[in-house]
Amino acid sequence: MRIDVLAALAAVSTSLLAIAPAFADDAPQPASSGSVIDQGMSMFDDGKLLATGGVSDLEGAGGGGLATWALTTGYGTRDGVGLDGHFTYIALPDYSLWTEGVAVGLWDRVELSYAHLTFDTEKVGAALGLGKDFEFDQDVVGAKVKIVGDAIYDQDSWLPQIAVGAQYKSTDHVDILHAVGAKSGDGTDFYVAATKLFLEESLLVDVTLRETKANQFGILGFGGDKNDSYSSEFEGSAAYLFSRDFALGGEFRTKPDNLGIAKENDAWDVFAAYFINKHVSVTLAYLNLGNIVIKDNQQGAYLSLQVGL
Amino acid sequence: MLRKLALAAVAALTISASSALADDALFHDLGGRDGIATIVDDATANFLADPRIKATFDNTNMDRFKTNLTDQLCVVAGGPCVYKGQSMHDAHKGLHLTNADFNALVEDLQAGMDKVGVSFATQNRLLARLAPMNRDVVTK
Ligand code: HEM
Repeated sequence: MRIDVLAALAAVSTSLLAIAPAFADDAPQPASSGSVIDQGMSMFDDGKLLATGGVSDLEGAGGGGLATWALTTGYGTRDGVGLDGHFTYIALPDYSLWTEGVAVGLWDRVELSYAHLTFDTEKVGAALGLGKDFEFDQDVVGAKVKIVGDAIYDQDSWLPQIAVGAQYKSTDHVDILHAVGAKSGDGTDFYVAATKLFLEESLLVDVTLRETKANQFGILGFGGDKNDSYSSEFEGSAAYLFSRDFALGGEFRTKPDNLGIAKENDAWDVFAAYFINKHVSVTLAYLNLGNIVIKDNQQGAYLSLQVGL
Repeated sequence: MLRKLALAAVAALTISASSALADDALFHDLGGRDGIATIVDDATANFLADPRIKATFDNTNMDRFKTNLTDQLCVVAGGPCVYKGQSMHDAHKGLHLTNADFNALVEDLQAGMDKVGVSFATQNRLLARLAPMNRDVVTK
């Protein structure tokens, strides 16, 4: 499954890169004529400004890397739709994490997303008696709706763009999750995200509040022996735009601490995002997830590719 | 007491002088009215070459358009110009413009400012003042 998605993403991205010059910033797009195919394609109006669709976060929603933003993914305006896929690889000292997913943005208002996370326990798996490279797999299905505000246009007001959303997450190996103290293999996060572009300062800021029971994003299940109720958690991003296609920023995310066997820390990252065009973007980050089960200081590289229509 | 008052007056003058400076800072950073006129020339050439939006200008007197756009951007940037055109709502109401049209025009304007060498940060200071006009310009 992972290989299929990878191959498909790679194929799509190489073909998009190949046609990229035709879509370069100021190169005009062909006007659509009347055929059904053209009308179908014109749904993908590509009408948003570069970078204003954000990138794909860890859980597959439009956002930064750790934080889910209020922006609707993709480049469709309120008269169009946007579709994108992403592939992310995180290399930590003792683990690795892959995610791949697809998301659609409808009329710059509704976002639906699916992501599949694979968490590889590498040598820790052997140490815990699970076997080397034992993997946890998680599916995340997300929906987000913009409630009010426009992060880009409302430059004369302090009101950010505000969206609410939910993410249903389901992780396999529920017996093992129970053994580490988790109460459930699946759970639903609810969040409110507020995002604003301070264009005068070339600064994008997001603040998100999340109600969640997830242990390590849900990879270690939901709820635990220490606490089995929802916790209110914070996530936020700030990014400075250096040019239309390049941004540098940082993020912070708090997480619940539900499991007795392992302390869970807050996460942070610093990132660079490069928007090659409206169809391909690359995000590179230095990510710190803190302690994960028996290993402290899990910090390492985060690399993400997003391709879109 | 008198000295305090005098000090306060000087301070107040300094503040108002510096805020007057700050107010037309963008106008100067864009190169004054001449700089803005050049930007408008380049940007307008881009509008007319852009298949996404060029048709909207079919019935427009381009000389008048350029003069009015230059004066309007000058005023928006804090410059000492007088805008003699229509309100943004009246100027665009018959055109049925979309957000995609709006953003296409912004991209063409950015390309125009790139050509003249206006920095990205300065471009954003201007665009921040134009962005809310979206509400009057986009009617579809
Ligand atoms: C913030 C964005 C915009 C600003 C500041 C702006 C500014 C102006 C100004 C100052 C005028 C002249 C009005 C007059 O002569 O009385 C004008 C007219 C016009 N604008 Fe815009 N405009 C904007 C967006 C757009 C967009 C997105 C389009 C189309 C894609 C567009 C198409 C036109 C046309 C066709 C006219 C001429 C109408 C006529 O012939 O009377 N404008 N605009």
